[in-house]
Amino acid sequence: MAIKVHGSRISTCVGRVIACLEEKGVEYEVVPVDYVTSEHKQQPFLSLNPFGQVPAFEDGDLTLFESRAITRYVSRKYKDIGTDLLRLNNLAESAIVDAWMEAEAHQFNGPMKVLIYQFFIRPFHHLALEEQEVETNSEKLGKVLEIYEERLSKYKYLAGDYFTLADLHHIPFIFYLFKTPKAYLITSRPHVNAWWNDISSRPSSIKISEGFDKENSFLKGNQ
Amino acid sequence: MVVKVHGSPYASAPRRVLACLIEKDIEFEIVPVDLFKGEHKNPEFLNLQPFGVVPVVQDGDYTLYESRAIIRYYAEKYKSQGNDLLGKTVEERGLVEQWLEVEGQNYHPPIYNLVAQLVFFPKMGIPVDQKIIEESEEKLGKVLDVYEERLSKSKYLAGDFFSLADLTHLPFTHYLVTDVGKEFMIRDRKHVSAWWDDIANRPSWKKVLQL
Repeated sequence: MAIKVHGSRISTCVGRVIACLEEKGVEYEVVPVDYVTSEHKQQPFLSLNPFGQVPAFEDGDLTLFESRAITRYVSRKYKDIGTDLLRLNNLAESAIVDAWMEAEAHQFNGPMKVLIYQFFIRPFHHLALEEQEVETNSEKLGKVLEIYEERLSKYKYLAGDYFTLADLHHIPFIFYLFKTPKAYLITSRPHVNAWWNDISSRPSSIKISEGFDKENSFLKGNQ
Repeated sequence: MVVKVHGSPYASAPRRVLACLIEKDIEFEIVPVDLFKGEHKNPEFLNLQPFGVVPVVQDGDYTLYESRAIIRYYAEKYKSQGNDLLGKTVEERGLVEQWLEVEGQNYHPPIYNLVAQLVFFPKMGIPVDQKIIEESEEKLGKVLDVYEERLSKSKYLAGDFFSLADLTHLPFTHYLVTDVGKEFMIRDRKHVSAWWDDIANRPSWKKVLQL
């Protein structure tokens, strides 16, 4: 198969890529990477992604890494099929999609990543929660979500009245947030909550959430 | 119509945008925003950029923020004018996007910490955290090792052409080799050093530093 996604389906960033491929209706194969043995930190994986992170991606002769670059590439290459994820026929709209993808990467991702690390990665390494980090980052995430609440009170989705990659990029981490005691950050905000209910019930989202639930021997989330 | 760039010409993210506009021969006007006076948290500014950070651009009726979204927009909109910054094929564009994301996700966090701790915080009277400085320098070093390997095989990050992927590194790397005082991190790596000399000597970057 031409398209290969290297990584495990429990990984948020792998899920980001799979959700995009599903939205496009493009065939792909998942090539598992074993985190327990740090397969992603060694050769031959490093020749796919020298930063030793998942996912890595192959499309014929092209190799790519960085999930947010992979989704952009897939959305661009297959722009004429499946869901219109980048609004490429209208540059002004497309740039707004970009602006909200950047907001996800630089405003939302920071505190969210810390919470996922605290609730899932630390227990995996038999380390306790660092309460101060959890509190500080919950607060930071709350402030970002206030801005999202305002935005989503005016538009159905982040880039406008249409679902795009800007919404899709948020999906994996929010699925994981719902496995922690911090789901209220979403549910307490009516427009953010409605947006989440909408985007999480898309067939592509349901598909990746099944992957997040699958290998739960890896997950020792604090409930 | 002239593009309005809200932000200071000394601030890093606005510089990312200004470098791109100059590469593309696009006329612009800078509307200063005084970060030390907290102008970026005023209601008028928040109306333009709800996250309260610079830059934001106004192009006629159109408002756009996030510097990396702005550079993509102008590189695409003026594809046939000025220097090509996106590559010629979908595959080349894919590689430009890959290295733009590497900058945003792997390079930016540690280098931002170094600039914040060693340049911004002392100016603002905020105490510095030596542990963050050490950890960030180590992280950045590991990232630069990957860059060294990449640039030993490829003249620029996305391939043999200068692109947004290289441009996006200019503002913070400039700080690293000047005010932060860690030029050795670049100079100790032969191919990174040659790449830095190449991109920092582009007329567009020299012009940004004179604004």
